[in-house]
Amino acid sequence: MSRLSNLTVSMAQETVEELYKDIERNIQTSQPGLCPVDLAAAFIHLSHARSCGKCTPCRVGLGRLEELINSVLDGKATLEDLDEIEMAAKTIYRSADCAIGAEAARMAIKAVNGFRDDFEEHVRYGRCKLQNFKSVPCVAECPAHVDIPGYIALINEGRYDDAVKLIRKDNPFPATCGMICEHPCEEHCRRNLIDDAINIRGLKRYAVEHESEIKAPVRAEATGKKVAIIGGGPSGLTAAYFLSVMGHDCTVYEQRDKLGGMLRYGIPSYRLPREILDREIEGIKLAGFKTITNISVGKDITMEELRAQYDAVYISIGAHTDNKIGIEGEDAEGVISAVEMLRGIGDGKMPDFKGQDIVVVGGGNVAMDVARSAVRLGAKTVKIAYRRRKADMTALAEEVEGAVADGCMILELNAPTKIEKTEDGKVAALWTQPQIVGEVKWGRPAPVNADAPELRIPCDKVLVAIGQGIESGHFADSGIPVNRRKIAARDTGDFEGIDGVFSGGDCVTGPATVIKAIAGGKVAAANIDEYLGFHHEITSGVELPPVRFADREPMGRVNMTERPASERIKDFNLMEFPMTDQEACQESARCLQCDHFGCGILKGGREYKW
Amino acid sequence: MVNLTIDGKKVTAPEGMTILEAAKSVGINIPTLCFWKGLNEVGACRVCVVEVEGLQKLPAACNTAVEEGMVVKTNSRKVRYSRRTNVEMILSEHDCQCPSCVRSGNCSLQELANSLNITSIPYQKSIPENKFSKDFPLVRTDSKCIKCMRCIQMCDKQACNIWDLINTGSRATVGLSDAYSIETSNCALCGQCITHCPVGALTERDDTQKVIHALNDHEKIVIAQIAPSIRTAWGEAFGLSPEEATVERLASALKIMGFDYVFDTNFSADLTIMEEGSEFLGRLADKEKNKFPMFTSCCPGWVRFIKSHYPEYVDNLSTAKSPQQMFGAIAKSYYAKILDVDPSKIYCVSIMPCVAKKHECAIPVMKDASDAPDVDVVLTTREVDRLIRSEFIDPSNIEDQPLDMPLGVGSGAGNIFGATGGVMEAALRSAYYLVTGSNPDPDAFKAVRGQDGWKESEFEINGTKLRIAVVNGLGNADKLLKALKAGKVDYDFVEVMACPGGCVGGGGQPIHEACEMAAERAPVLYDQDKASTLRFSHENPSIKAVYEDFLGAPLSEKSHHLLHTDHHAWKMPNE
Repeated sequence: MSRLSNLTVSMAQETVEELYKDIERNIQTSQPGLCPVDLAAAFIHLSHARSCGKCTPCRVGLGRLEELINSVLDGKATLEDLDEIEMAAKTIYRSADCAIGAEAARMAIKAVNGFRDDFEEHVRYGRCKLQNFKSVPCVAECPAHVDIPGYIALINEGRYDDAVKLIRKDNPFPATCGMICEHPCEEHCRRNLIDDAINIRGLKRYAVEHESEIKAPVRAEATGKKVAIIGGGPSGLTAAYFLSVMGHDCTVYEQRDKLGGMLRYGIPSYRLPREILDREIEGIKLAGFKTITNISVGKDITMEELRAQYDAVYISIGAHTDNKIGIEGEDAEGVISAVEMLRGIGDGKMPDFKGQDIVVVGGGNVAMDVARSAVRLGAKTVKIAYRRRKADMTALAEEVEGAVADGCMILELNAPTKIEKTEDGKVAALWTQPQIVGEVKWGRPAPVNADAPELRIPCDKVLVAIGQGIESGHFADSGIPVNRRKIAARDTGDFEGIDGVFSGGDCVTGPATVIKAIAGGKVAAANIDEYLGFHHEITSGVELPPVRFADREPMGRVNMTERPASERIKDFNLMEFPMTDQEACQESARCLQCDHFGCGILKGGREYKW
Repeated sequence: MVNLTIDGKKVTAPEGMTILEAAKSVGINIPTLCFWKGLNEVGACRVCVVEVEGLQKLPAACNTAVEEGMVVKTNSRKVRYSRRTNVEMILSEHDCQCPSCVRSGNCSLQELANSLNITSIPYQKSIPENKFSKDFPLVRTDSKCIKCMRCIQMCDKQACNIWDLINTGSRATVGLSDAYSIETSNCALCGQCITHCPVGALTERDDTQKVIHALNDHEKIVIAQIAPSIRTAWGEAFGLSPEEATVERLASALKIMGFDYVFDTNFSADLTIMEEGSEFLGRLADKEKNKFPMFTSCCPGWVRFIKSHYPEYVDNLSTAKSPQQMFGAIAKSYYAKILDVDPSKIYCVSIMPCVAKKHECAIPVMKDASDAPDVDVVLTTREVDRLIRSEFIDPSNIEDQPLDMPLGVGSGAGNIFGATGGVMEAALRSAYYLVTGSNPDPDAFKAVRGQDGWKESEFEINGTKLRIAVVNGLGNADKLLKALKAGKVDYDFVEVMACPGGCVGGGGQPIHEACEMAAERAPVLYDQDKASTLRFSHENPSIKAVYEDFLGAPLSEKSHHLLHTDHHAWKMPNE
């Protein structure tokens, strides 16, 4: 008789494992705007199916819980039943023997508290209150609402000029976004249901690279209205571009030598080559606005003067000041803020790190940017000290991986405690306190001091990349609401009780993505136009090809490839390879065209104008 | 052009054409259910799916474009099975109360299920609960809705947007987008969602039993008024042409039913022209004091729309009542006097192509002739057809009967009220006379005819240039108001009819699957006008008599009391 046997997986189990993978992708695809109560019922049902059946709270309780939530959905429950749901869920949570029942109940508790108003709406009126079905997930998720299925269809037809023209209807920075957009559009891409999200950013880059020339946009008749734009970054230039197209007379005030804001003074050229940025900005300037550089609002000219001279003012000053770590020795020579370093590089002033040991403090994208730049500037070693785990870094995973591939070493769970100076005041070493990962607070595990001695990391430079602030002092002084240094504009970009002043981009949101800044500029342009008494419509005039029906069988996603690390670290040239024609053709054909199939066709798939 | 094969036939079709249309061009009919050309091409029901060689999945023929070399099978085993299964699934959620459904015999689902030889449904029935009130003029029966989405699309086209897809999953259904009840929504009651519904989910409130009740009450003198556009459409349900289904034939049927007198709303349309025309000339004479453009007010759907969507323009509406309400007020005053009876004895029934008229007659202030409503009940064309059928009257087999006097006389000008542009044309004919003292050529203003959604013209009367516009369909009215608001257009006088094509395309008219009827019905009215010896409202002898014997003159105190209304005296839910 055999005593033991090897584990083999049955066909059924194998299929279930596949179905689990399907559900993972399914959940990833879940777009916002669905009925949360319906989803909560479904989640509890899924958990209930995983109950082994041993214990009462899980076996019986989850069923009763689901019935109660379904009675809410059917409009048959009372408001008292909502308390019943909460009490039942709490009892299951407290008394379940294992996590299967407890965690399902916890979801119910979260649900009934997190969207109680929707539960109540179902009880009172038999319908969902929060539901706002987003028919085209990519367009809904893009802050600027670029017509993504539209331009992908045009790319597939080989109509690249039209594709870029269609992008420019909502976003005048197609080249920049093709290079560095964080592509929130891909997050809930419905193609995930089948295999993987469409490589939208890569396709955008491909379209831009095949555009023949940037043509000056057609401007509406001059309105005679003047708009001042403070800050020539992505948000300011977007507002200037659209407002100029609408026929307003715009002037951009830029405190630095060149336009581009963080695109130039924050993003290294190996991610966004300067010639591409320059061409993009020259193209945007074809809209016909004026620019004044090396002028600082608050020093060279005041907000009051601008408000007196212009019919409207848009504040888009970005977030360009550095945050301090606040540790002993931070004043040492050789402690450089990331903002300062990247700004210098933007103006062509390359620091010399040859043969030096560098430590970067921080775990965001900017930390990766300075670390990878330091490698390219000839550093002997680059270490990234971060107080949390690598997995908790806010930088994009591919940036972290890229930094490691470039030769950076990540010292996770190391909280800086002091900077040791040499006798002549230079950086000698960074001291850190090793951490242990702790309880989850605000969705991330918080680190706490580990029972381990402090670590001395000898180095020549400490690069500090722990966030940026906003130089909002002058605006606060001139009566613009400011909250924790952020300019407190409403979602519409304006302020209650302040006529003719608008704001958007990083200075309102805090340091965020380029596409959010662009969206801020677009929102401001529309609302400034309305404020000035107009209702100009921005259209593309591009006709889309007929939709093709296909089976949409699973097909891998074309990922972008990069120059080998050993080669790319030697220069600041573009790191990423473009998509080939063959790749772009295949990738664009993967698009499910949610503008036509499903709810898109009912809800009118696209906005032809705004 | 694109070459393809459908069911073995070679087809050449223009690029962008759908498989459905290409198949039709060679005589192959693919069944559809939710599809309505130009309105609802969303492929929701999946009944029109076809097989395309080389593909596993079945595209919807209604919204998939033909492609070069495509080989399409419209009736393969896979197609037939999917089509049938989808219809069975729809039936599992449909409350099949066919014998007692107003759409029985004119129901797309019934016809399709019969065609597919579906004699039983393999699924458990899951019928949604009915949540809508049966008292409002527009009634939605949730248990019959098949979620084809046509009503949502039509309502969006009408710029009212009251319907939307609500909830998710199995509970997803058509519901109100911005209100918790139809009563508190901004529904204009144009009824276009009803005429575009493939089943009995959207209907008008049935008022036929109220009429039967009145006819059975021998104390009541039951009179009817018949709106102009009824004569273009009421016979459709009986397979009669407009030449056969005349207004006199309808009068005959109503008399058989027991109506005491049958009159013509054309009479009060002429009265409307006298009042509204005089009002317009008065406003023109004092241009500074009055708001322009002046809007016509005969369409209650339009009045509901402007009140809820553009309240700032309510004062631009003519204060003249609609012909229906003018008729009611005259019937219960002037005509009661002629009969020498108390107005309370008169029961006034209107036969209208319209659902909003059911609301209009019940507006609390619309009782100017007595304490009771001037118009007691409104029947749509469909309801009157049902009444005729239920009385077992065969309209093809009865004699015409002339309408009664004196309210049964109407001019050709009153007759064309039933089509877009008709009110404007009739008004201009009489305005010309009122200004110049002589009649124009009756066809002088025919530029305002036709089915275009937004027509503009300029006319000169006695040296005064008039800029006029005519819009039909609330979507076009919305566009015009937006343009007015933005200062992009400027007019003196604007006619608005809520329904596409005007009352001939009204929400109370007979329903034809996936077919707009206004363009076919309108010429009937114009032909009748052309053939009429009486083509000017001001020449109608009954109009002359009512002014001489009763009202005095247009805009007299009595006219004001009976024939004009304050549009602010009642409110829309959001006002």
